[in-house]
Amino acid sequence: MYQYNERDQTLVEERAHQFRGQTERYLTGELGADEFRALRLMNGLYVQTHAPMLRVAIPYGLLSSKQVRMLAHIARKYDKNYCHFTTRQNVQYNWPAIESVPDILADLATVQMHAIQTSGNCLRNTTSDHLAGICTDEIEDPRPYCEIIRQWTTLHPEFAYLPRKFKIAVSGAEHDRAAVQLHDIGVYLVKNDAGDIGFRVLAGGGLGRTPIIGQTVKPFLEKRYLLSYLEAILRVYNLLGRRDNLYKARIKILVKETGLETFTAMVENEWLRIRDTMLLSDERIAEIKAHFTPPAYDVHAAADPTFEQQLSNNPAFATWVKRNTEIHKTPGYRAAYISLKAPDSPPGDISDAQLDAIADLADQYSFGEIRTTHRQNLLLADIRQSDLYPVWQTLTRLKLATPNIGTVTDMICCPGLDFCSLANAGSIGIAREINATLDDLDYIHDIGDIKINMSGCMNGCAHQSVGHIGILGVDKKGDEWYQITLGGSSENQAAIGERLGPAVAKHEITPAIVDILAVYVEKRLDDEPFLNTVHRIGLEPFREKVYATH
Amino acid sequence: MPLIKNKALSDNSWTFVADENPLPHGDISVSLQRWQAEKDAVLQHDGHHGVRLSPADSVDALANDLDKLDLIELDFPLFKDGRCFSQARLLRDKYHYQGEIRAVGRFLTDQVFYLHRVGFNAFELDSARDVDLALAALNDFSVRYQASSQ
Repeated sequence: MYQYNERDQTLVEERAHQFRGQTERYLTGELGADEFRALRLMNGLYVQTHAPMLRVAIPYGLLSSKQVRMLAHIARKYDKNYCHFTTRQNVQYNWPAIESVPDILADLATVQMHAIQTSGNCLRNTTSDHLAGICTDEIEDPRPYCEIIRQWTTLHPEFAYLPRKFKIAVSGAEHDRAAVQLHDIGVYLVKNDAGDIGFRVLAGGGLGRTPIIGQTVKPFLEKRYLLSYLEAILRVYNLLGRRDNLYKARIKILVKETGLETFTAMVENEWLRIRDTMLLSDERIAEIKAHFTPPAYDVHAAADPTFEQQLSNNPAFATWVKRNTEIHKTPGYRAAYISLKAPDSPPGDISDAQLDAIADLADQYSFGEIRTTHRQNLLLADIRQSDLYPVWQTLTRLKLATPNIGTVTDMICCPGLDFCSLANAGSIGIAREINATLDDLDYIHDIGDIKINMSGCMNGCAHQSVGHIGILGVDKKGDEWYQITLGGSSENQAAIGERLGPAVAKHEITPAIVDILAVYVEKRLDDEPFLNTVHRIGLEPFREKVYATH
Repeated sequence: MPLIKNKALSDNSWTFVADENPLPHGDISVSLQRWQAEKDAVLQHDGHHGVRLSPADSVDALANDLDKLDLIELDFPLFKDGRCFSQARLLRDKYHYQGEIRAVGRFLTDQVFYLHRVGFNAFELDSARDVDLALAALNDFSVRYQASSQ
């Protein structure tokens, strides 16, 4: 993974120092609350219902074991011994004191981490495919380009006060695992007819109140123009994006109101002017790529027969391998998910002790690296298959081996009313209730791959509008109600879910989900996935069942 | 109001003249609207000439006039209005404007490092208290990832 050089290190240290000064000025009353708000947001610091929340950046989801131990240390020293992984591959602390945040940032800087631009109306952390570099369907590893974009976005002087937040995702695989089309800018690595690899650039995607799927602005962009093209899009957006209405300020609204053709023409115009002044050289790309070379895999890994024996000897292990591991492009290796969706734990939450133990596992079995996924789980990417058994045993002991990755209980969930000052309704409690109701693993595995996303308000942090089943918490005269959508997807065939019907009351939401699953099981043909069934039979059968009984 | 120019405290010879007021003697800046309506009258005036742009003004409107202007003021109605950053960048990089670009209005001293990097070389501050803060903030970072417009 990328290692900081002297410049990178100096930058995060100077940033921590700058924020210490700003925090002191705020605490002594020299700096007003509104001014400090904008500055603290750009350092990941929110003020929430109960306490501040600090969001720490995990660039494109890559962590070293040393960094994971630091996350554990921060949870112990400054928080309540746990933290929360987000849908944008970052990590959040829910209980730090404002006064201690400069110290936390200084601690993070010692392990090449920071909270720069993790919130606020600026360029956010770039996200990517959690299987980058190890999957079998990759055109090219996206991580070097993510790092190039990370550096370009970090403290970009022109784009720190955008109309609204701005998110970029990059995927290099045929299968989109990074929800690329739902980002302000989405970038796919693609191969053109001549066999050259470049980028397809999309703009104007986004979730939130008005979910919109991004549209292609550049079908094929040569690699050397990556940053000039991004800069052109950002300049057009910074100058023309709406600033009069918070809810119409994202680039998706600018693209929609301007029209794709006119918007693209403006971007192209600016890009043609600047493209030769900020070329990305082959040398620069090679220099960054050198940070992402494959680890020293054991060439004999596939020959070890113990894995097959362990699979046949232990059904629980075999179930875990089937649900929670991924095929690896290197023979004899697999990637293993660490499920942060145990039935009794809020989705995405993890304790300091678990983090430390994961860091040890990574050191022992996975080249000292850990990844975060956009569905709020962790991943050990490079495990020899004969080592999966001890990894599983340790994860089981840590309660991190629930074999539910990709299933109905692997829900994406926002912090909801319990923590967030914006939320209208609880989400963690509902997730727990659904989990408790669907406690039969055989049934969960029979249902198979299904994505339930649940947000506690319209801001849609848990991407409910692109969940196969989406649940949105709404406030009705002080009561918590839940709106259900079906048929959403954030993958290649991205789609916004369709509303099932009127919102249901809090006590009706779990039975409604149970009903939806029952209709699917009854109506599916053979191994038909949930989304296909929804597309084939439409919403009506689900509607009838849910609203007939409740 | 104190002025920082080229990273040092500086005298201010300029007066911004509101649209309804007559032009006084000395160096003056006017709004884009007044500049466009009364360009000849402003140019016949005895001092140096400048224009103050609002964030919604397009810098392209000054494309043919930049050689006549010694000062362009970019006015922040709110510190969060980031359009001024791109306006300065375009003046320097697209039009190669060499004169003074001055931040006026409600920007923060915490923003001057970025402002300087996109092409501002002068900052009109609210109070004397801000001078040291702004001078220090101009050196917030010794490293950077992107090119500057200076």
